[in-house]
Amino acid sequence: MTTAPTVRTSTPEERFVAAFELHEGHTLNGSNARIQGLRKDAIESFKQLGLPGRKDEAWKYTNIEKALRHEYRVLAGAPLDEVALENLAPFLVPGLEAHRVVLVNGRFVAALSHIGSLPEGVIVTGFAKASEAHADLVNTHFTRYADFTTDVFAALNTAFAQDGLFVYVPKNVIVETPIQVINLTTGDEDVLLNPRSLVVVEQSGSLKLVEGTHTLTEAKIFTNAVSEFFVGPNARVDHYLVEDEGANASRIHNLKAHQEADSYFSTSTITLSGDLVRNDLHFLPDAENCETHLFGLFLGKGRMHIDNHTLVDHAKPNCYSNELFKGVLDDASTGVFNGKVFVRPDAQQTNAYQSNKTIVLTEQAQMFSKPELEIYADDVKCSHGATTGQLEREAIFYLRSRGLTEERARTLLLLAFARDVLEQIKIDALREHLDARIAARFAN
Amino acid sequence: MAILEIKNLHAKIEDNEILKGLTLTVNPGEMHAIMGPNGSGKSTLAAVLAGREEFEVTEGEVLYNGRDLLDMAPDERAREGVFLAFQYPVELPGVSMMNFLKEAVNATREHRGEAPLGAMDFIKMARERAALVNLDPSLKQRSVNEGFSGGEKKRNEIFQMAMLEPRLGILDETDSGLDIDALRVVADGVNHMRSDDRAFVVITHYQRLLNYIVPDVVHVLVDGKIVKSGGKELALVLEEKGYDWIKEHADEPVTV
Repeated sequence: MTTAPTVRTSTPEERFVAAFELHEGHTLNGSNARIQGLRKDAIESFKQLGLPGRKDEAWKYTNIEKALRHEYRVLAGAPLDEVALENLAPFLVPGLEAHRVVLVNGRFVAALSHIGSLPEGVIVTGFAKASEAHADLVNTHFTRYADFTTDVFAALNTAFAQDGLFVYVPKNVIVETPIQVINLTTGDEDVLLNPRSLVVVEQSGSLKLVEGTHTLTEAKIFTNAVSEFFVGPNARVDHYLVEDEGANASRIHNLKAHQEADSYFSTSTITLSGDLVRNDLHFLPDAENCETHLFGLFLGKGRMHIDNHTLVDHAKPNCYSNELFKGVLDDASTGVFNGKVFVRPDAQQTNAYQSNKTIVLTEQAQMFSKPELEIYADDVKCSHGATTGQLEREAIFYLRSRGLTEERARTLLLLAFARDVLEQIKIDALREHLDARIAARFAN
Repeated sequence: MAILEIKNLHAKIEDNEILKGLTLTVNPGEMHAIMGPNGSGKSTLAAVLAGREEFEVTEGEVLYNGRDLLDMAPDERAREGVFLAFQYPVELPGVSMMNFLKEAVNATREHRGEAPLGAMDFIKMARERAALVNLDPSLKQRSVNEGFSGGEKKRNEIFQMAMLEPRLGILDETDSGLDIDALRVVADGVNHMRSDDRAFVVITHYQRLLNYIVPDVVHVLVDGKIVKSGGKELALVLEEKGYDWIKEHADEPVTV
């Protein structure tokens, strides 16, 4: 960790490029030849794109360049600190029966994972292993959905990514038991991590994926994660991410999903803690009759900064998308919501709905909300809206007039507000676990 | 001892003085009706008694069972047995009607030193008391007042009152917007709760409600003060002759 004031001698971009040149061909060897080639393309793209400044509309309220000025070491192939099985206990979801995958600093750790028996043909493993053992599958999809030529953080991730999650569900296979991914960060060093996930669900396959992010260290960690999803025709993915890291941990969660005809994708992003958290969720329903659901619940405290950027790009007719992001901002936390829905000229009969509602609990907390619709088709149903406010006085008074204390009244109302999103969680154990945790948080 | 003693009460909201020296005593077992034209201060009286913070009491006092009511927080008043049936009950999406009410009932019981009701006893009690006001059992499964019709909201207020068993029930224009069937149901619910140690203050603009809830005393509130009090027949005079007549003849005895 940097303790004494230092003269900044290089920009974050320069440091990342230098780290790439140092490790390239050694610890950053490609696990297959295609990936090796893509790394080089990605770092070139990174150099050209550069980090966004605040004049960049998509980063107007999130000063990411400043956040990355901190001299994070780019972790590439470093040995991992030991994490014991008992360290996992706090991050398990009581009652959740799951195929468990554990990633430590973005690396798949077989000894901690407990995948169990999977339906025939289903693959659940680390991304590094998969890119060797299932190179054909990985090469078919890797970088297809997260475009490193236009997205600088996808470029950075692609240049450095070594490991992460790989899931493959073959045609017609339904994975009933959820796959749970526990992402842990550890170690004494301030590091930048670039975990990479690839999830492929082929035609009529079905998958439930529950991810959690947690820290075991006080060191400053910056995670630049990219997850690519391919959802085949008539396939279904239910994805849940619980962001629950320490106060020194920052994260970009870059989710890019490609949907084929008649597919269903639902993602719920629950942000409970961390320092700077940026969620970039991009959906391309690229065929007819796709259904896309985006739910989000963000709870700010301390000086947290939570930025949710979503894009649903309706390119084809007869698709449905629904988006609901709700937030409660306490202390001096900041929230950002920017939801964009494109309805391209061919996308007739699109139904697209978007809503952002935030409760701001203090004078210091701030919310910046920008719902956006861009519609180029003429026969569509779309709506968007945003509200930011405080708890309703009249509602608090009504509950108090029945004998509930002011604290209880506020807790009940906040929980009711949050439950709109929690009720969308279809895995009972996860929903009950989060409900209890959030109730306890509001009670304080 | 009186349940409620209001002495020379003055209250304002922002810079508008609304109550201008209101005095009223309510004894156990009594049903008081407060009538008055729009803007006379009826709902302000209900609001001040329930503890709405927008209103500031500038003069006078309110004793509830001999204790200073104005010194108590709104929720403490409720646990002490003051119940306000809202003119406009609030919709609370996501707040389960039954969970909320169970918590309210048990907060009051705990305050009285009674053991909390278990789930089964609570459900049994809720079923009985919902039946008193013909409340559709499915409404109890919903969020508080969410999607209830106007009549259902008012019946839900009376249902909550029946569950909380207050010593003092204040009904703020509970009759407004009700059709005659709903009015009867609400009135039956209130009448069912009348007892020797409980009192009610029924605030209404119209005499009609008082055909069903027969008051012991009727007060006429004009411009922040009670200008006339009498028996139930006063309501009929008001209905016939109007509030303007009362203002001019406040000092004359009432004859029917």
